[in-house]
Amino acid sequence: MESALVSGAQGLFLGVLNLGPGHVIMIMIGSLLLYLGISKGYEPLLLVPIGFGAILVNIPLSEMMAEGGFIRFFYDAGVRTEVFPLLIFIGIGAMTDFKPLLENPKIILLGAAGQFGIFITLLLALALGFDKLDAVAISIIGACDGPTAIYVSSKFAPHMLGAVSVAAYSYMSLVPLIQPPIMRALTTERERKIVMGAVKLEPISKTTKIIFPIAVTIFASILAPKGAPLIGTVMLGNLMRESGVVERLKSASENEIANIVTLLLGLCIGATMEADKFLKAQTLLVLALGFIAISLDTAVGILFGKAMCALTGGKINPLIGAAGISAFPMSARVVQAEGQKYNKKNYLLMHAMSANAGGQIGSVIAAAVMLSVLQGMGIVGG
Amino acid sequence: MDTWTFGWTLALIGMGGTMLVLWLLSLLILLIKKIFPYQPDPSAAKKG
Repeated sequence: MESALVSGAQGLFLGVLNLGPGHVIMIMIGSLLLYLGISKGYEPLLLVPIGFGAILVNIPLSEMMAEGGFIRFFYDAGVRTEVFPLLIFIGIGAMTDFKPLLENPKIILLGAAGQFGIFITLLLALALGFDKLDAVAISIIGACDGPTAIYVSSKFAPHMLGAVSVAAYSYMSLVPLIQPPIMRALTTERERKIVMGAVKLEPISKTTKIIFPIAVTIFASILAPKGAPLIGTVMLGNLMRESGVVERLKSASENEIANIVTLLLGLCIGATMEADKFLKAQTLLVLALGFIAISLDTAVGILFGKAMCALTGGKINPLIGAAGISAFPMSARVVQAEGQKYNKKNYLLMHAMSANAGGQIGSVIAAAVMLSVLQGMGIVGG
Repeated sequence: MDTWTFGWTLALIGMGGTMLVLWLLSLLILLIKKIFPYQPDPSAAKKG
């Protein structure tokens, strides 16, 4: 009886006895993510569950990610199978209005330039000694698109999922701080003052809006088949939005499904941040490279904007090139604010929205192209 | 395949491929718009 009492009492202290400095640091990092989400409002929908997941998984002996553990169940079902990010993509498609892009399709090229940071960061990651597929996962932070980053990293480098996701979502929320200094550094005051004419609001027929997601799915998926799940889910959501005949499904995609999946996905990502896997010098490198990737996207976008400015005889304000990333509509708003600082009569918002919508498609297409090239090179299976 | 062959191949084809696919998509959008131009709703015009 006495030994049973001692053993029972010891059980109460097992957690304390197994608490290491790594657990404490990770619990603090999880708390920091909660602080950023709750007090600073940085991507709270993701950072709150990620922060809480990070705390839960670092409670000694909690076994959240052990075989049969509470979060492991959802991780195996939704992250390992890549289903969660794809379900979120349906919601994103249902929420996205591609009208600015349909009105001004040529500006989609800025959405391509805004993805070049991905590929330059890939080379940097390889130069720093990362494994090929790890470098691919790191570089995709430059897509500035959370679900795409999660999809690619869970496919190729699941051990980096936590670092890649935290970097992607943190930097996305910091776009208003990251982009303006780069914009100012790469443009002259005269360029920033360029007034672009009012967007010619060309009405778009309903048929065009309906055919657009179907045509993009078929066309882009045939060109980059490995990216069909990414392209197809975004476009399915958009088709539901524009068709107007499945309001219940559209509503469920952008509300209930997106909310539930966001919660579970966040918890799962947080739960990959176990002390022994996360507290490595490599994680700091991933965070640094993610920052470089998003900065390079902005820089290349602006340089492309400068080229378009030169080619059109000064009719395009190069600042809109910065909006060719996937952070929608945040990046377009940053461009508008920056343009107005130098010329109060400058309304770049609608032009920037077109580039930003191009960036949304661009990030998905860039990931799809990357997956297909990897398949072509035999790095990943067909 | 060595690391740098891999890196440069993926970077160059990736950038070129992304640009190409998006350019083709812009042409596709123009084509769809041409085939299905906006036509004002006749009933709305009557009411107006």
